[in-house]
Amino acid sequence: MNMVVLLKQTFDTEEKIELVNGSVAEDHVKFIINPYDEYALEEALRLREKHGGSVTVVSCGPDRAGEALRTALAMGADEAVLVADNDLPDDGLAIAAALAEIVKSIAPDLVLAGLFAIDRGAGSIALQVAERLHLPHASAALKLDIRECDELPEANTSGGNSPYTTILEANASVNSSPANGVVKEGVAEKMGGCSDHHHLDENPRAKEAGKRSMKAALPDWEAASELIASVERETEWGIETVLLPLPALITAQQGLNEPRYPSLPGIMKAKRKSLRHLTVNELHLTADDLTPRSERLALLTPPPRAAGKKLTGTPEEQTIALVELLCSEAKLFGAD
Amino acid sequence: MLNSTQNHTALVFAECSDGKLRRVALEALGIARRLAQDGGAVHAVLAGGESAARSAAAAELAARGAGVVHVIDDPALALFAPEAYAAAIGAAAAAVGPSVIVLGHTAVGRELAPRVAAALRAGHIADVTAVETTDGGDAVFTRPLYAGKAFERRRFLPGSPWVITVRPNNLPIADLVPEDRKGIIAALPFTAPPLRATIRSIARKVGGGVDLSEADVIVAGGRGVRSAAGFAPLEALASTLGGAVGASRGACDAGYCDYSLQIGQTGKTVTPKLYIACGISGAIQHLAGMSQSRVIVAINKDPEAPIFSVADYGIVGDLFEIVPLLTKRFQHFLAQPGD
Repeated sequence: MNMVVLLKQTFDTEEKIELVNGSVAEDHVKFIINPYDEYALEEALRLREKHGGSVTVVSCGPDRAGEALRTALAMGADEAVLVADNDLPDDGLAIAAALAEIVKSIAPDLVLAGLFAIDRGAGSIALQVAERLHLPHASAALKLDIRECDELPEANTSGGNSPYTTILEANASVNSSPANGVVKEGVAEKMGGCSDHHHLDENPRAKEAGKRSMKAALPDWEAASELIASVERETEWGIETVLLPLPALITAQQGLNEPRYPSLPGIMKAKRKSLRHLTVNELHLTADDLTPRSERLALLTPPPRAAGKKLTGTPEEQTIALVELLCSEAKLFGAD
Repeated sequence: MLNSTQNHTALVFAECSDGKLRRVALEALGIARRLAQDGGAVHAVLAGGESAARSAAAAELAARGAGVVHVIDDPALALFAPEAYAAAIGAAAAAVGPSVIVLGHTAVGRELAPRVAAALRAGHIADVTAVETTDGGDAVFTRPLYAGKAFERRRFLPGSPWVITVRPNNLPIADLVPEDRKGIIAALPFTAPPLRATIRSIARKVGGGVDLSEADVIVAGGRGVRSAAGFAPLEALASTLGGAVGASRGACDAGYCDYSLQIGQTGKTVTPKLYIACGISGAIQHLAGMSQSRVIVAINKDPEAPIFSVADYGIVGDLFEIVPLLTKRFQHFLAQPGD
């Protein structure tokens, strides 16, 4: 199984942000692989250990981003590609276009990326890449398994002391019925891509959708074999298990895994691995791709927050004083 | 200034939760109305499976200035299938031809906006916390960088549609419009595309009341909470105040709680009206995620803890003693008839 990991180099989370002449100062700053991208990379390495194949890390950034890619190679990635960003406008669309071109040339079975980058924090680029390449996606993965198409995954795996109710059975129509304090809910099946007879036979609507999907919403290439990804992902409403036919793009949430440190032999090996440098001119981008959609007008740091008052007295007195201050001074919980 | 004279046609994605309109949908509508101004048009797309609450949501949007509320009912939208929802927004966009699309920067909006933007080759300005209009009529969008350690102001360049996601809790909701200017509600024909992703199962959060990103009050615990059970007094305080419970990275890494509760540069950035930090020392990566809260209260044993440097009110003490007292005090206070 061939995989691409989209990776960005970011400031370490411990770094303060200081502005010098209107831009963020980079002197003496420690750079890291964006933590969410590191989960994505670790997952790709684990999947390769299980299923074979290759892992290519791809980044778009300045020269220094090469260090992050070298670290990724030391962790175990097979190859790396760095697109120099100096001819790209400061806009997500152009970066997504550049990354999509490279992913397309590799035509991997699976694309992994972080949920968002801790610097810009938009979480936009990876999903723009998915859209450009007509790949289905699943966001915020907490668990990921790859299976052959005819293997049916079990309904769910969370258990123990998890803060979630038990789970739904697939294949039922949508209805809710609280029983024994457990919320059970049917999930409408939405099938496509891979021919999962068990589901399709029982749901005519899904069957129809499945047929159409074979012709219509196809990705720009086909996966090497009929594989599906089973993704447990974090949502605001709970943990959702989603099945995706490959090729697909999946973003990693914190908790997906514990990334490894590069080993010493890994670091030595990484020096001989391929780190390809590309310029924007070497990609087939259109003038429209390179046209910025937005621009930065100003960069600012927030006004420092002044320390307030520490309360005194017995614990009782302090809590009474606090509730009063929150009402009278901070104007919370007022009459209005 | 091309932007200034442009009469926008705005499309709002009216996000619902269990069939009910989310507040962020009305915040998005507020921005859409500001951008469209008098000469423009404001549309909303209300998509979902059939739901009894939908007509109430549609009426609310119409009453708050959506000129046309496009209602899409389709079984494919009963659960959050991103492909189906992106297609629903696409159908509305095809019908309306918007120059601006506004969504909430929620888990749902964050998944849809990039796909919609890429499909339309539109620009995307994400996680917007403020919008200003310059004298020339240009709209300028403020958004955080490094989880709030810095900010940038951006504007769109002419020539392409705009996609904006707005951070919940930061922008005013759309006002009611006079009765005679209420919008209309219309069904929008929609054929769901073939969906490749299948939602296999959902494990619902137990009790999951208020979402962190939309909570007015957050009670957060750090390593000082010492165990999963140690979160109980924090939960009691949060529920008294109608708020949500959050956590520092330390508490998550120690296994006291789920990573979904983490607040910080990794994790969520939050901006509640009141943030109560309990047993949190205040590492820079945590401060980044919460220091834009309106009022911050810190409770910590260590008087030197950095959290006190950003707190409006600090109590040096044992959270297991202070927090229950605070809960009791608030219960007493909130039970009093308002004056």
